[in-house]
Amino acid sequence: MANALVFIDNPGAALKKSSLELLTIARSLGETAVAFTGELTDDVAATLGAYGATTVYRPSVEELDNYLVGPKAAYLAAAVAASGATVVLLDNSPEGKEIAGRLGIKLNAGVITDVVGVEADGTAHKSVLAGSYNTTAKATTPVTVLSVKANNVEPAPAGADAAPATVTVEVPAEGLANSARIAARTEKPVSGRPDLSEARIVVAGGRGVDGDFGPLEELADALGAAVGASRAATDAGWIGHDAQVGQTGVTVSPQLYISAGISGAIQQKAGMQTSKVIVAINKDAESPVFEIADYGIVGDLFKVLPQATEEIKKRKG
Amino acid sequence: MKIVVLVKHVPDAQFDRHINGPGNTTDREESILSELDEYALEAALQLAEERGGPKAGNEVIALSMGPSGAVNAVKKSLQIGAYSGVHLSDDALAGSDAAATSLALAAAIRHISADGRPVDLVLTGMASTDGETSLIPAQLAERLNFPQVTFASSLEVAGSQVTARRDAGAFSETVEAQLPAVVSVTDQINEPRYPNFKGILAAKKKKIASLSLADIGVDASQVGLAGSWTVVESAEARPPRTAGTIITDDGDAGIKLVDFLAAQKLL
Repeated sequence: MANALVFIDNPGAALKKSSLELLTIARSLGETAVAFTGELTDDVAATLGAYGATTVYRPSVEELDNYLVGPKAAYLAAAVAASGATVVLLDNSPEGKEIAGRLGIKLNAGVITDVVGVEADGTAHKSVLAGSYNTTAKATTPVTVLSVKANNVEPAPAGADAAPATVTVEVPAEGLANSARIAARTEKPVSGRPDLSEARIVVAGGRGVDGDFGPLEELADALGAAVGASRAATDAGWIGHDAQVGQTGVTVSPQLYISAGISGAIQQKAGMQTSKVIVAINKDAESPVFEIADYGIVGDLFKVLPQATEEIKKRKG
Repeated sequence: MKIVVLVKHVPDAQFDRHINGPGNTTDREESILSELDEYALEAALQLAEERGGPKAGNEVIALSMGPSGAVNAVKKSLQIGAYSGVHLSDDALAGSDAAATSLALAAAIRHISADGRPVDLVLTGMASTDGETSLIPAQLAERLNFPQVTFASSLEVAGSQVTARRDAGAFSETVEAQLPAVVSVTDQINEPRYPNFKGILAAKKKKIASLSLADIGVDASQVGLAGSWTVVESAEARPPRTAGTIITDDGDAGIKLVDFLAAQKLL
């Protein structure tokens, strides 16, 4: 009987940092199992073992990826039944949250999303209303389903390396019926930069960038950061909508958020005010972003950013 | 085609928002129609108009669940162009979490289907701008046993099939589902129309049906704080961020920035 079940969806050749974080949290809750989809390589299996997973469940069918959410929720419900887990942990991506939502209904289980911390009894911490409140919440049901934001624990292996047992879970047929089917899928070009929602550092630009994200991209690459943008910048077509930080885009809570040429209207603040350290660069000294910045520079981003990039390169030499 | 659009009355994000209700619920003074629901409403109106509008038997019904003030979200939706409205309101609903909310909304949608014309499509925004959980479309689909299509950035309906494009994570996808379905749409899908004078006048003549829990056959114990599967044990206002050091660039701000990052151990 496992206490915690971690859902890991199609990791490919290596586990993402956010999955390692979930496994680290799961271990603090007790014996850990994994509900896995996709190809289980030897490397990934070894990492799961190193992070304390005792059992890895795999689905009886391979076509889960051809559908949206429904079949994965059905599979995960079957894996919860097989493992006897009382806490289920998923990543906080849109799909992770939806699987959590459907799973909650299937299991009569309370679901808490956007979690930033989990206590040993399953109590969850999260921030709500755009970071203006910190709350603790708890499921009142026998099973708790939590989707957990990245970057809130330091991943740590268990210390003992035991190979996990693998067990196949029968996916209920009705999970595939009545689900939306993916008719076509194209992979977007890969930037080589970290994923925005998981990045430790984000460099974000707004209206003040005036169409040129070049200096931000160069600084991001020097820092190993992801590039984000305000809605004004994505609406102007200067950068893809995927880069949008804020209420209708990606919410981020990195260690460092560098805001360049963003005035900091309330919706923009909403997406980033749980960042640990905020740096703001803006020509307008009256910009609201300076009210929340730990370090503010009133100046021209086209001068400040390249100078900072050069200096970082020099010091990292 | 019969389309239900979920519209939510939420605290205006332009102002400070507070948690001070029973069970740590959100203060709903200063509330407005959730901005992200306007995209769902626009998508519904376009689908209905392509099919000949109300004269051809199409329906666009704005459905809101919430206390008395939430009827304002329905009224605003009627001004924008919804054909009729439904306001689900009952004291027992207060404090419902996503599971309890989806239970009540599913029952309301079954009630709206019970006149012999079943609902073909339930449209929602990508998230509410207060709770922001994005759970309702998924939980509603699960309860109604409808397929769900979420984060649609384009939407077409042909016959009984809905086709949507979505740009999720590392992929762009084309997704197909059979009606009836639940579809959530992003702010990329369209440019919502504004209510004009004609629309505001016309809205006064449109019907808003008021539903209670008894009308939809839901027991008070299944919803509200009593029927929720999660409880918010505490809520503390986060201390507001305060301004730190602010400098004006004298030609070396980039270097000073790197000094700051090094001091914070962020390099």
